[in-house]
Amino acid sequence: MTQTGTRFPAMLANLNMLLSRYGESMMWLARYMERIENLARLLEVTEAFVRNPDGSPGWDSILQINSDEERYAAIYPLPATEENILAFYITESANPTSIRAMAHMVRENARSARPLISTEMWMQLNVFTRSMMELSTPDIRRNGLSGLCNRLKQDCQTHFGVTEGTLYRDQAWLFYLLGKYLERSDQITRLIDIRYHTLLPGGETSGSQLDITQWGSVLRSAAAYHAFRRLQPVTTTPANVVGFLLKNEGFPRSLMLNLRQVDNTLNALSTHYNLRHQCSPLQERIINLRATLEDQTAEDIISRGLHEYMTYIQDQLAALQAEVSVTFWPAAPVMTREETLTPQ
Amino acid sequence: MNRPVLQSPRPASASASPASAAPASGASAKSAAGMFAAYDTPDFFCELMNRTDTLPPSLQTVRDRLAGFDLAELRHRTNTAEAQLYRLGITFTVYSDREAIDRILPFDMIPRVLTATEWEHIDRGVQQRVKALNLFLRDIYHERHVLRDGIIPADLVLNNPNYCEAMVGVRVPGDVYVHINGTDLIRDRSGRFMVLEDNARTPSGVSYVIENRHMMLRLMPDLASGMPLRSVEEYGLRLHQTLCEVAPEGVSDPQVVLFSPGIYNSAYFEHVFLAREMGVPLVEGRDLIVENHRVYMRTVAGLRPVHSIYRRLNDEFLDPLAFNPDSMLGVPGLVEAYRRGNVTLANALGTGVADDKAVYAYMPRLIRYYLGEDPILDSVQTHICAEEAGLAYTLANMDKLVIKPVGESGGYGLLIGSQATQTELDEFRAKLLEDPSNYISQPVIDLSVSPTLCPSGVEARHVDLRPFALTGHNTWVLPGGLSRVALRKGSLVVNSSQGGGSKDTWVMAR
Repeated sequence: MTQTGTRFPAMLANLNMLLSRYGESMMWLARYMERIENLARLLEVTEAFVRNPDGSPGWDSILQINSDEERYAAIYPLPATEENILAFYITESANPTSIRAMAHMVRENARSARPLISTEMWMQLNVFTRSMMELSTPDIRRNGLSGLCNRLKQDCQTHFGVTEGTLYRDQAWLFYLLGKYLERSDQITRLIDIRYHTLLPGGETSGSQLDITQWGSVLRSAAAYHAFRRLQPVTTTPANVVGFLLKNEGFPRSLMLNLRQVDNTLNALSTHYNLRHQCSPLQERIINLRATLEDQTAEDIISRGLHEYMTYIQDQLAALQAEVSVTFWPAAPVMTREETLTPQ
Repeated sequence: MNRPVLQSPRPASASASPASAAPASGASAKSAAGMFAAYDTPDFFCELMNRTDTLPPSLQTVRDRLAGFDLAELRHRTNTAEAQLYRLGITFTVYSDREAIDRILPFDMIPRVLTATEWEHIDRGVQQRVKALNLFLRDIYHERHVLRDGIIPADLVLNNPNYCEAMVGVRVPGDVYVHINGTDLIRDRSGRFMVLEDNARTPSGVSYVIENRHMMLRLMPDLASGMPLRSVEEYGLRLHQTLCEVAPEGVSDPQVVLFSPGIYNSAYFEHVFLAREMGVPLVEGRDLIVENHRVYMRTVAGLRPVHSIYRRLNDEFLDPLAFNPDSMLGVPGLVEAYRRGNVTLANALGTGVADDKAVYAYMPRLIRYYLGEDPILDSVQTHICAEEAGLAYTLANMDKLVIKPVGESGGYGLLIGSQATQTELDEFRAKLLEDPSNYISQPVIDLSVSPTLCPSGVEARHVDLRPFALTGHNTWVLPGGLSRVALRKGSLVVNSSQGGGSKDTWVMAR
């Protein structure tokens, strides 16, 4: 081969050779950005609940949704106060689920994947993560919370837009998408769960005015309110809302749509990048998960236990993430070498 | 954004009068002197002005255009440039006790210009030097003619801390050891180019050469327009080509990677930049694995072979089995795979013995010995403190010399006698006597200066030049180079870790 001819095939070969570490970084980059956006949504809706005249559900519900009770108690005194909860979720570097800690993780993953991501992506993430890591208490005084949440959502959405418009479509992109759709699947279950946790024992009845209002807040925080209205012009029942958030095929944050996207992404990895062997057990998990969703109506799910089903979904998604890790970036490389498959 | 001056506060303005330095927009921007009205005619060789002969036409044009700039405008563009560099993350990381701080390399908007004639001289001189370095390395790790012929003391080579026993008898593809070389050049009072030192291990800074040009063309299009500038764009392609050329024999389509210590390394931006320019993966130690003395990288599809490694780690961190067993950055078994010829490392192991500050003193003799030619680029007269005469001379003339530890880089641990206090001189004398072989001394060279935008106006600041040479089948020198500028008034230390900045380097095609 001539010297000038060596470059092009080498590039083609690279397309089929994403470093494991890059796959991992791309996946977690997307997951953390989604998680930051969703935390902003959760904070917003919790604040709406706390502010309602009844004032019954408190700030501590958000700890339960994120299973953060123990972590919180290790850092702050109980009972939880609004000020401390906001600090815990926004500026507390000792809490790995705070905005600051997640911004740090985004930054580390973006730096690690910097050879792959576009300059525009890097530039936006560079500025965003730096400013998030510098957030201080005065920035989050309560009357500024919705402003901060809006800014977080906007910055995250800017990231997703820049990424969509500039990131090269290869395996790195697919691992990014995998992270994004998995995280969205997980987060919608947590947003729904917020109603479970805010229900006081023996509290207001399902379908009461307060119940409807709070489901409205959940819809709004998921940017689902108007789409839901178009489909359900008259009745807001818990089953309608839950059905929409879990099973709707057109709403970008619904569980059903995101599970389908996870499946599509695995399918693309499997067929375009010769990873059938690695992907098929993962796809099987998704197919089973989708079946549990397709086989039940929202009413079924609620009557059998909404919270239990959300927990089940979360556990299944965690197991899927663990299997992705073991498959594509094992701690000790145990994969058989396939030298013969290397394109020459 | 403030210009991060690392070492000193605002330089005192000794020369500029307040009136002329004030960035008044109403000031006569069109006057002949313009921006240079307050420029103090320095006693040094100025890269842009007061040369001994008449100004070459290309420099005259740059100077005339610059004179038409308004100081406030130039300052505004500088701020824009530095803000962009920061946003783009074209930064190096400084670690303090607690946190990592990203700093930009301060960027000066006034370019450093080299004429076609000057460049032709540098290009030939650097090629000659790289050739000699490679022949020297091949020789000391094989036949050692140079030691037997008494050209250089065997002790200096064989007991050098950078001499690498593992390289003895190992053949490397094309007999190339130094694939990537950076030659630090300075100019004396007469404008004569001299080699200050060779960087034959893992020279850094080339990303700034290219990024500075991008920044310059974006922000100073009116200065650059129509100028016959030689492009610096092809460096990445050339580097990839070089690494393919030196891949192990028999590999038709080599997999090249850039091996970086990782995101916490202060030069990580440059590693990312070069990997992207070459279109190859940036790997860390944990991405590589050696099996049956062959190197593989871990991909989502399993292990894939690796043939050429541009490594940006020092020798001692490459392989915990061969060198530092505590290194977490390296790859166990890499050195043995390399010794067996299954993978190429660029640069080769053990090149540090060639760019050693003591070996430097012998370079003119080595060039004559290996090439039968006179050195094209002069060296700075060097006294070796390991030798009795050199030590005696150094001790007797401390106040006139620059004394450098031979093992250090980055401008650390050196003494500039003329600028030292008596206490500093005494302390250094003690260190010198304790371990003379660790030091060399050189006369102070009056580094050339270049007009530079400073807080109080455009002033003369000292500069050096680091051209980069790539060697595969042949040697190619990037037409440009890193011009580092000492931002502190009067300072001769241009290192980024010591308050230096950089300029775009323009090599004129004609």
